[in-house]
Amino acid sequence: MIAEAGLAALWLAAGLAAYQFLLMILALRSNLEVARPMRAVAVVQGGLTLVAFAMLLLVFARSDMSVALVFENSHSAKPFIYKVAGAWGNHEGSMLMWVTILAVAGAFLALFSRRTTERTLIAGLGSQAVLALGFYAFLLFASNPFARLFPAPMDGQGLNPLLQDPGLAFHPPTLYLGYVGLSVAFSLAVGALLTGEVDSRLARAMRPWVLGAWILLTLGITAGSYWAYYELGWGGYWFWDPVENASLMPWLAATALLHSMNVLAARGALKAWTMMLAVIAFSMSMVGTFLVRSGILTSVHAFAIDPQRGTFLLVLLAIYVGAAFTLFALRGASLKEGAPFELVSRESGLVVNNLILSVILGIVFLGTLYPLFVEALSGEKLSVGAPYFNAVAGPLALILAVLVGVGPLLSWRSERRPVFRQLRVPALLGLSALVITMILAPDIHILPRLGFVVAAYLIAAAVLPLVGRNPLRAPLATWGMVVAHLGIAVALTGMAANAAFSSERLGIAKPGDTLSVGPWLVQLEGVTPTAGKNFTAVEAELRATRGEGAVILNPQTHYYSDPPTETNESAIRTFWNGQLYTVIGKSDASGGWQLRLWWKPFVTLIWAGGALIAMGGALALLGRIWRRRRLSSGEWRRKGYA
Amino acid sequence: MSKAIRFAPLALLLLVIVALVWRLATPVDTNVHSKLAGRPVPFFTLAAALPTKPTVSSTDLATGQPRLVNIFASWCVPCVSEVKVLQSLKSRGVPIDGIDIRDRPADLTDFLARNGDPYERIGSDPQSQLQIALGSSGVPESFIVDGKGIIRYQHIGAIQASDMPMILTKLEQAK
Repeated sequence: MIAEAGLAALWLAAGLAAYQFLLMILALRSNLEVARPMRAVAVVQGGLTLVAFAMLLLVFARSDMSVALVFENSHSAKPFIYKVAGAWGNHEGSMLMWVTILAVAGAFLALFSRRTTERTLIAGLGSQAVLALGFYAFLLFASNPFARLFPAPMDGQGLNPLLQDPGLAFHPPTLYLGYVGLSVAFSLAVGALLTGEVDSRLARAMRPWVLGAWILLTLGITAGSYWAYYELGWGGYWFWDPVENASLMPWLAATALLHSMNVLAARGALKAWTMMLAVIAFSMSMVGTFLVRSGILTSVHAFAIDPQRGTFLLVLLAIYVGAAFTLFALRGASLKEGAPFELVSRESGLVVNNLILSVILGIVFLGTLYPLFVEALSGEKLSVGAPYFNAVAGPLALILAVLVGVGPLLSWRSERRPVFRQLRVPALLGLSALVITMILAPDIHILPRLGFVVAAYLIAAAVLPLVGRNPLRAPLATWGMVVAHLGIAVALTGMAANAAFSSERLGIAKPGDTLSVGPWLVQLEGVTPTAGKNFTAVEAELRATRGEGAVILNPQTHYYSDPPTETNESAIRTFWNGQLYTVIGKSDASGGWQLRLWWKPFVTLIWAGGALIAMGGALALLGRIWRRRRLSSGEWRRKGYA
Repeated sequence: MSKAIRFAPLALLLLVIVALVWRLATPVDTNVHSKLAGRPVPFFTLAAALPTKPTVSSTDLATGQPRLVNIFASWCVPCVSEVKVLQSLKSRGVPIDGIDIRDRPADLTDFLARNGDPYERIGSDPQSQLQIALGSSGVPESFIVDGKGIIRYQHIGAIQASDMPMILTKLEQAK
């Protein structure tokens, strides 16, 4: 009964979404009175999807093997937390989660949005309903999560053991919240293009959504990067894998949108560009979902390869993005650009920021899809890897990081003050970083060296907006910006240190043997068999020392039976100046064991930087909400706050 | 903003969609193509798996007509069903040699008595050394070797009844 209740809730929600869309058309054609029930409809629709999702969680929690999805992805011997997380660790469940977030975001928009005009809100809610409608159809006709099996099997087929990790419980939901949060920006942009009301009020209405989505995307990407780092046992933090790129592309677009939105909110300029970015940001989320779910690009993440589902998603993508682009093409001409600005100004700084981010986005997009085009034209199979992305996107990212230090110092419209004098200290720091790395590490590659230089400069430059004023009286949003920009410098330091100074050792060791890696001596004390709830394992005991004291690390290899799979559980020890990363592999005939050891100086700064960037976003979001509470909306508008 | 710029995103989208549609419409080739196809069989001699049957060596595989070399074992479950398909290939005149992987003579005798014996010769590969030399990663697998001892085709997994026409065509082409 539970599964049937979930399915019924899904059908009802789909019906309401259709009704909501109809209301929008009627309201925009005749009068707005028609759309009075719209907010309530949106809220109920969101509630129904929550019910459907709760039902799915319930059948997974109870291991109801008569539901096909549970049978395929769960097992009664699995730990409870992974049974529940299994609900969205598969195609159908994750699409249900996607549509639930989409509908709930629509409900929140209906409940809390007071910034835009009623007309634009109605158009936006209508757009959100159409988005949801397509994904309801996809679920109900092409991937029903509640399909039954008769007769019910005895037990399930398990879950990919790689995904039996606490990371799974939070990584996909975080990314999905980010992806789908961008749908609201998309819908508001489409709504405003429909009504022609593209103005600073719209930008302010969009801002909390884009900020929220961007924070979650940042967290999701950072967490996903760490997950891949410790779970896959390859010692890398970013592989330029198509699925990773699928999450990076919406983030790049959202980052650009975040900045151009501020120009629209404060100065009423960059209207067309901001609308375009709002459309592109969510389009990139859909492209990402399509790439992941259609299995069109082979990747370590390839989940489900099913051309029929791929076709369905592609049709949705074509309709939504095509409609939005068409609307943009038709209405773009009527958008009056706002207040003009001079060559050196905050606006122009943000334009350059947007241009560079867009070019990086284009590079990632091209690199991800290039193999498809080549195969279409020449039939040759190839893959684009890290060398391309690092060589092309790396220098651009460094230039952007330099400008990150300059932009916030400029004032709106035109800059008359000698701001560049303020940058003397940061520039000096960058120069000394160059000299120091030249002396201490003359052989490192140019890109990590420049990374150190730019990071040293940016650490000082990022805090300049707080210098020369009372930092405690600076708006929370300014603090957020400073923290986020500092996060870039911190992450950059980690990446440069990892690229320049990592040492790797791959060797065979018998119990008692010692291998060296970086400053460490690692001795294999012994290998013992062990077992977990649903796997057997071998565990190595490693004794690592670099002079004083010693630490024990216990990397494991897990053997799962349902399905038969092997995973390497790395053992990582974090120190203030880096991480020791150890993996145990197979044994050879003579009783030796493969060991992979890495010493990665300051690698943790990469994720610390990511967390700082997200925290900066959170501060900015808090600042906006807090200040909005303090001022009534009328006062807000009169004062013309950005 | 000029019209061309406003319509550019739409044009780009169309281009991408066309490429993606093409990709979805082209079925992915899931067959594994052997690197050994076109190369001669590596030189080998094997001990006989059974005292009652002759063994295989690489020189036996260059006799002027194409042969099927089947890698199997009595402990391999899919091999049981594959034997029936091999029997019907044999009845159509296909000469089949077997390479028995990590097996015991008693178990092999039992296996052949229960399921039938399509093999002209069976060699024993107790350490999988020939199997590895042939680039085979599992049991069962089959190779089509032409009259000059050149490997023409590697079949991974059991040969199903539905694979028979394909196998017969490949044998015909190898003549």
